[in-house]
Amino acid sequence: MYPSRFGYESPKTVEEAVALLDAHGGEAKVLAGGQSLVPMLRLRFAAPEMLVDINGIDGLRYHRVDADGTIRIGALCRHEDLEEDDAVAKAVPTIAAAAPLVADPIVRTRGTFVGSVCHADPQGDWAATMTALGGHIVAQGPKGKRDIPIAEFVIGPFQNTLAFNEIAVEAVIPAPKGVRIGNYLKLERRVGDFATASVAVALDMVGDTVADAGIALAGVGGRTINANEAASALIGKKLTAENIASVAAAVAAVAEPRTDHRGSADYKRQIVKTFVERILTGLLNTSQKAA
Amino acid sequence: MALDEIKIGGLGASRRRVEDNRFIRGKGNYVDDIVLPGMLHMELLRSPVAHARIKSIDVSKAYEIPGVRLVLTGEMMAARNLAWMPTLSYDTQAVLATDKVRFQGQEVAAVIADDPYIAKDACQAIVVEYEQLPVIVNPFQAMESGAEVIRDDKENQPGNKVFDWEIGDKAATDKAFAEADVVSKMELHYPRSHPSPMETCGSIADFNRATGKLTVYMTSQAPHIVRAAVAMVAELPEHMIRIVSPDLGGGFGNKVPIYPGYVISILASILTEVPVKWIEDKTGNLISTGFGRDVYLQGEMALRKDGKIMGMRMKTISDHGAFYADAQPSKFKIGLMHSAFACYDVPAAHLESVGYYTNKAPGGVAYRCSFRVTEAMFFQERMIHGAANDLGMDQAEFRRINLVKDDMFPYRTAFGFLTDSGQYGKCLDIGMKAIGYDTYKQEQEEARKRGKLLGIGISTMTEPLGAGNSREYDILGIKMFDSAELRVHMSGKAILRTGAMNQGQGHQTTWAQIVAHELGIPADDVTVEEGDTDTAPFGMGTYASRSTPVAGAAVAMVARKIRAKARKIAAHLLEVSEEDIEWELGRFYVRSNKERGVTIQDCAIAAYSNMPDGMEPGLENNAYYDPPNLTWPFAAYFVKVEVDAETGVWDVLKVVAVDDCGVRINPMIVEAQIMGGLTEAYAMASMQYQTYDDEGNCIGSNYMDYLLPTAWETPGFELHEVVTPCPHHPIGAKGVGECATVAGPAAFVNAVVDALGHLGVRNIDMPMMPNRVYEALTTGKDISGMPPVRMGD
Ligand SMILES: Cc1cc2nc3c(=O)[nH]c(=O)nc-3n(C[C@H](O)[C@H](O)[C@H](O)COP(=O)(O)OP(=O)(O)OC[C@H]3O[C@@H](n4cnc5c(N)ncnc54)[C@H](O)[C@@H]3O)c2cc1C
Repeated sequence: MYPSRFGYESPKTVEEAVALLDAHGGEAKVLAGGQSLVPMLRLRFAAPEMLVDINGIDGLRYHRVDADGTIRIGALCRHEDLEEDDAVAKAVPTIAAAAPLVADPIVRTRGTFVGSVCHADPQGDWAATMTALGGHIVAQGPKGKRDIPIAEFVIGPFQNTLAFNEIAVEAVIPAPKGVRIGNYLKLERRVGDFATASVAVALDMVGDTVADAGIALAGVGGRTINANEAASALIGKKLTAENIASVAAAVAAVAEPRTDHRGSADYKRQIVKTFVERILTGLLNTSQKAA
Repeated sequence: MALDEIKIGGLGASRRRVEDNRFIRGKGNYVDDIVLPGMLHMELLRSPVAHARIKSIDVSKAYEIPGVRLVLTGEMMAARNLAWMPTLSYDTQAVLATDKVRFQGQEVAAVIADDPYIAKDACQAIVVEYEQLPVIVNPFQAMESGAEVIRDDKENQPGNKVFDWEIGDKAATDKAFAEADVVSKMELHYPRSHPSPMETCGSIADFNRATGKLTVYMTSQAPHIVRAAVAMVAELPEHMIRIVSPDLGGGFGNKVPIYPGYVISILASILTEVPVKWIEDKTGNLISTGFGRDVYLQGEMALRKDGKIMGMRMKTISDHGAFYADAQPSKFKIGLMHSAFACYDVPAAHLESVGYYTNKAPGGVAYRCSFRVTEAMFFQERMIHGAANDLGMDQAEFRRINLVKDDMFPYRTAFGFLTDSGQYGKCLDIGMKAIGYDTYKQEQEEARKRGKLLGIGISTMTEPLGAGNSREYDILGIKMFDSAELRVHMSGKAILRTGAMNQGQGHQTTWAQIVAHELGIPADDVTVEEGDTDTAPFGMGTYASRSTPVAGAAVAMVARKIRAKARKIAAHLLEVSEEDIEWELGRFYVRSNKERGVTIQDCAIAAYSNMPDGMEPGLENNAYYDPPNLTWPFAAYFVKVEVDAETGVWDVLKVVAVDDCGVRINPMIVEAQIMGGLTEAYAMASMQYQTYDDEGNCIGSNYMDYLLPTAWETPGFELHEVVTPCPHHPIGAKGVGECATVAGPAAFVNAVVDALGHLGVRNIDMPMMPNRVYEALTTGKDISGMPPVRMGD
């Protein structure tokens, strides 16, 4: 497993990194956690001329909840940072639930949240989580920063809308309308496996009424599946066994699974439906208990 | 004044593994750690397609890359009569393809360069033109009339059949079936798997033109066999060949065969006159080297209403890949498949086995088992489960009726094996108690009412371990004995060398314990060395749980020879006749006066400084051991699962293992072997399988697709022990390294099938991935065969 020859730079600032990307005109790649890029280099699926390693840039490893409730995740925030019982995990239960299910404990010490969203793997856990939560990616290029809404960022399998000379410096999740609840369920064949099917659910609750709802899926399509429209049927309503069942069916219908050695398309759809039901029923039960 | 055997690290001491000291400190010495001056690096170009005629190979672009020293192709190998090599099953295997490629990953060319990066770049620069041929990925395609003949290189090979073989008494079996009250049938598949040791295969060949000597450092479980084979292929005499297996990062049968990479590196070193290192990458290992299993079964049992088994019939159809390269040292074409049902009293049995070539990697290695015993015992225990259900009988009760009873030993099986010892019923009882079998049926009923699916699976078996006696087992004509050589130094410390080859079994630790037991020399005072054919005595290596039954016996025997000589020295030192001497651990004494004695260490120094007149100085010897029979450990495994009816996911609630492997040299190591084996059993049952799509693309070519369980999902195990010493082994030990891999998988499958039994499900073939379990439980139908690899819907 020997990669092709490549150059390597370790800039100290985002500006320098952007300049390097710009100078290589599309032949350079950002190296963040390396947990997707390095395997691709070793298998020679990717052979960039230059790696721009952003790990030496200070000030990118952070995640925090702003006073107004906005959540900010810096480009070097590792998966494991979000696993610990901290403010962000508490504020966004979907992230807290997904973090221990991403890859394995070793990969989680290096891989980054933002890198994962950039990688836009249809089986990736964070792209689905971000899609359910909404929000945007902050991109920095030669002309400065711009915000890219998540729905316009992850556009296809391994495709994002960054320009070749832009770096994603931050992921931003808006403050909740009310209290944010949610969960993440993943069917994997073993720890460290990508999803056969997984479901991210994020709800903003005002009292027992759903003020905002997001659902997204991984592993059940050629891209991250955005099921927010199906989820929106819950907005303005209380959770009930009936609307849970109908939303679960609607979400399963927008999945685009393919039959492969992990299971048939129908099976994967069944998993999606079951997981949506289990998550929403669980959320209903805990909110009833709390009340 | 006898020594405390446990204190000196003798039999029964859970002595910490000596080898771990260097492994956990990163001080192991694996092939890839070895760096020789001037060494070049070799990479292999492998076929991207499963079946094709090679129209042309253009290596000119590869030679343009600076640092490329040599590019070898099949044509160049053929010029030296090395394009093909013999396999361990008397077939031939391509070293580098000349005419055709016959499986994806087959070796097509080799580049030798200054470093592996350059070699890899150059491999990419080689242009090969392939003309694709129809691809055969299973034996059923292979047997179709008009199927493309894969081995058209062979004379007298009209179709794809490798062999057609049978054993047993057909007439008696037919009669048993004709008279049966109930006939229970089962169709099963044991999927292909890959042993996947952590360390891949590799070699450093170092041919010295000046001395004429060839030294090869390599990853081999059987270095002496390699030397014999290299002597044959390379036409060098043995004294000019030195094979060294340093530390091995696991083997599991994968490192028994001789692979093209080894042979090519040897030729490359002869041609370049410098050492050539080849380290296979993970993908190369997974797609091209020896796989295990891949056998289909049609099984039938003739049963009496009261539960007695009257007869058994098995027909196996096996997939051997493109070359018949089974690691297969017996006279039996499908290994020891006919050891199936050895623990049951079955009056009549017949086995028919047909093997086929396919466009898949060759192998058929004994992946942590004795030659096909894993398949045999899996089939046996799935058939037993099915038969009990067909009779409407309890699983445990059905086994109890049919297990060979303690007073029936020695017991001759219908296929002619002689089992010699065991307490099968006792093991069953211990396991049933530990798993809570008494209350289980009720528990299962109640759980079903709550929508929960509980199941218990049982697997009981005895297996033939420790090949083997010279009447029936040989490799390339060499009988399967093993050896040990022991030198006791003046100080009473010692060095022991054996013909076995450690690859995780802990020989350095346990062999010393046998010496401690026989001589009273503390285990810490005994160095153990293996793997260097220039220094170790000739032996057949380590696989098929043969180390302790064969080499371990040789260790005991050589120690006894040493003791016999030491006794003479003791008599001399004590000035009495030899007949008046008694032995207790570590010491000879005068029968009439126990106080008067000399230690083994006293005898050791005397052997060099004060030997009796006429005695040869020194205290060393060797022993070659040809076992009189195989050893027959017994295992009873119990697995309890809960199946999630909405997803097909199953959780293991409890695993109970009862093992009787005779006398345990080092209980801790035995337990670790059992736990490792159970982990592999869980792996097979749940996820670890190697499959191919219709075009012959190997799906499991890396660890994201070829799944090995991690510590996270692997269940815990509760272990129990029963000890029935082996009647013919010098220290009463039996093989154990493989019992759990062999008998374990059926326990998991039986458990899941039991959980779904009320739905009409009789079989779910491995791997029991959640989607397959879900399909079974929603349709009530059996799930048989490999998971299909279809893309898109
Ligand atoms: C064994 C294993 C198991 C895994 N299992 C899972 C799993 O179950 N679920 C899952 O979601 N993921 C899984 N992963 C992938 C893992 O989560 C990666 O960490 C993640 O996909 C990529 O993040 P990274 O920081 O490692 O990115 P890198 O590998 O460094 O980069 C990935 C890609 O994104 C680009 N990129 C990275 N950061 C930026 C940035 N800030 N701006 C612009 N471009 C950027 C890179 O150029 C590259 O193209 C697994 C990985 C391994 C090795």
